[in-house]
Amino acid sequence: MEKLNYILKRILQMIPVLIIGILLVFALVRFLPGDTATAILGDKARPEVLAAYREKMGLNDSIFKQFIVYCQSLVRLDLGDSTQYNMPVATLLASRMKVTVLLTLMATAMTVVIGLPLGYLSGIRKDRLTDQGIRSFALLGLSLPTFWVGLMLMLIFGVQLRWFSISGWGETWIDHVKGLFLPALTEAIFAASVIIRNVRNNVVDVRGQDYVDFARCKGLGGFRVGCMHVLRNAMIPTATLLSIRIISMLGGTVIVENIYSLQGMGALLVGAVSSRDYAVVQGAVLAFILVVLAINLLTDILYSVLDPRIALK
Amino acid sequence: MDNILEVEHLKMYYCGKVETVRAVDDVSFHVERGETFGIVGESGCGKSTVCKSLVKMMPPPGRIVDGSVRYNGRELTTLSEGQMRAVRGGEIGMIFQDPMTALNPVMKIKDQIYESLRRQKLSKKEMYARGVELLRLVDIPEPEKRMEEYVHQFSGGMRQRVMIAITLAANPKLLIADEPTTALDVTIQDQIIRLIGRLKEELGMSVIIITHDLGVVNEMCDRVVVMYAGHIVEQAETRELFDHPMHPYTQGLIRSLPRAEGREKLEPIPGAPPNLAAEIPGCPFADRCARCTPACREALPPLREVRPGHLSACVHDDLEVSV
Repeated sequence: MEKLNYILKRILQMIPVLIIGILLVFALVRFLPGDTATAILGDKARPEVLAAYREKMGLNDSIFKQFIVYCQSLVRLDLGDSTQYNMPVATLLASRMKVTVLLTLMATAMTVVIGLPLGYLSGIRKDRLTDQGIRSFALLGLSLPTFWVGLMLMLIFGVQLRWFSISGWGETWIDHVKGLFLPALTEAIFAASVIIRNVRNNVVDVRGQDYVDFARCKGLGGFRVGCMHVLRNAMIPTATLLSIRIISMLGGTVIVENIYSLQGMGALLVGAVSSRDYAVVQGAVLAFILVVLAINLLTDILYSVLDPRIALK
Repeated sequence: MDNILEVEHLKMYYCGKVETVRAVDDVSFHVERGETFGIVGESGCGKSTVCKSLVKMMPPPGRIVDGSVRYNGRELTTLSEGQMRAVRGGEIGMIFQDPMTALNPVMKIKDQIYESLRRQKLSKKEMYARGVELLRLVDIPEPEKRMEEYVHQFSGGMRQRVMIAITLAANPKLLIADEPTTALDVTIQDQIIRLIGRLKEELGMSVIIITHDLGVVNEMCDRVVVMYAGHIVEQAETRELFDHPMHPYTQGLIRSLPRAEGREKLEPIPGAPPNLAAEIPGCPFADRCARCTPACREALPPLREVRPGHLSACVHDDLEVSV
């Protein structure tokens, strides 16, 4: 019951953030230099056609009036139509969101699968050869630019070894996973490097705690002490860091989707900005804001599960 | 009288890359079955290290270099880590100094008790019943409710009781209490001391108390050793030690105790303990000792019987002074 109250309260708190977000995006796309009608119809279009188009799309109204019209349609859950694709923005977003969400989920899973064990290993082998090796790997992962890692992975595993497809994401689920493997790995290498360093330091810190010694005094085996006492406590600060990484991976899809020619939100957003497809830009950013808010809420809930000292209020 | 624990010539060194620290240097003592045995000394004298070595829990790079530890006649120093775990989770239990940090903050109390019960292969229901019984044994009110709680919901004294309950879950025959009262309020200290005394009688345990508090020794221990710089400098029955302290260090310790009667100033022992990484040829206490003579610096004085059942490691004979 307390949890439910907390979640409801948090959802209510999201409303002002959403409104500010909508306002900002709406204003920003309209302050972009360049003419929408020309972007859509091309610079060879005749002036009267351009003028008619502006009139039809309401571009001649004041920004204030345009905003009111936009908000009215939002209340009806209508995101408008894409001028570029000639279809409702909601439909467009739904199909693109699938790619990005799956990509981010896979990247997150990889980050955890790579980051947690390596970070733990590095921590319990502090200053030994294993630790030095893992730390060097993490430093490398942090230093290499994403676009370069993406291209290299594509070159090695896609072009040379032909293990994975290098563009698009196919029809079936298996195709999706195969298509998204390299882009997800590209993002995961950076994020896992951040996680490795964090987990390692936490493990080093927790291993010096009395309760770990006390657990060993109970005659527990190394695996149980490692999982229940060291890792469980070391993971608490990592949870926050991971959620920040997930959010920035969502942003990172803009680059990765373009490298791997994936038709996801990132690619959609870039295309929509250059073709002045206002409704799509607004819709896409709105979707991003919603996802980020949801991730934040989930993190806080997860945090209270991991650490009972934190009460949800 | 038979002995539950016999320690002979134990040497535990921290063998670092740069230097070797002789944290425990040639220490011998025994604990009789059913007695409370005290190890006293100031911080860094090696008293906690001795006990960690007994159950092979020395932090790296600590190593038992020489000597033997026999529990009920069974040699412990040569046991594998797996066999040692069975000893730690069974016959020999340990409680730590600071109950604030020695319990896992993210595990329920009951789960931490269950971990100690794992070797007994009980059913879930039996484990729960045993857990409640243990909390009741250490005088924790409302044990059923407390089982479901976390450490941060307990006060300091209650946490120490929980830690004792967790340790007792494994039915230890020998309980090692490493400064069990140091981190607690004075009033709580007394309760915990009484509790340990009562449990020892009820459960028929032998107890080793490590402390720097001579008051605790006086109240609890049958016999006591005084440690200084990794060596035992004096060993006697508690009454005897307080009545006739023979080693200048012990005398200094007793003189530095605050007393209720009289208003004379406390007499601290001047100086600080020696660096254990350096070779000390003679008596380690020589630099701080008022009675130091050239003979003290020649060789390490051996423990010798100065009164019946009373050992002291000092070269001087006429040491008995009233303190």
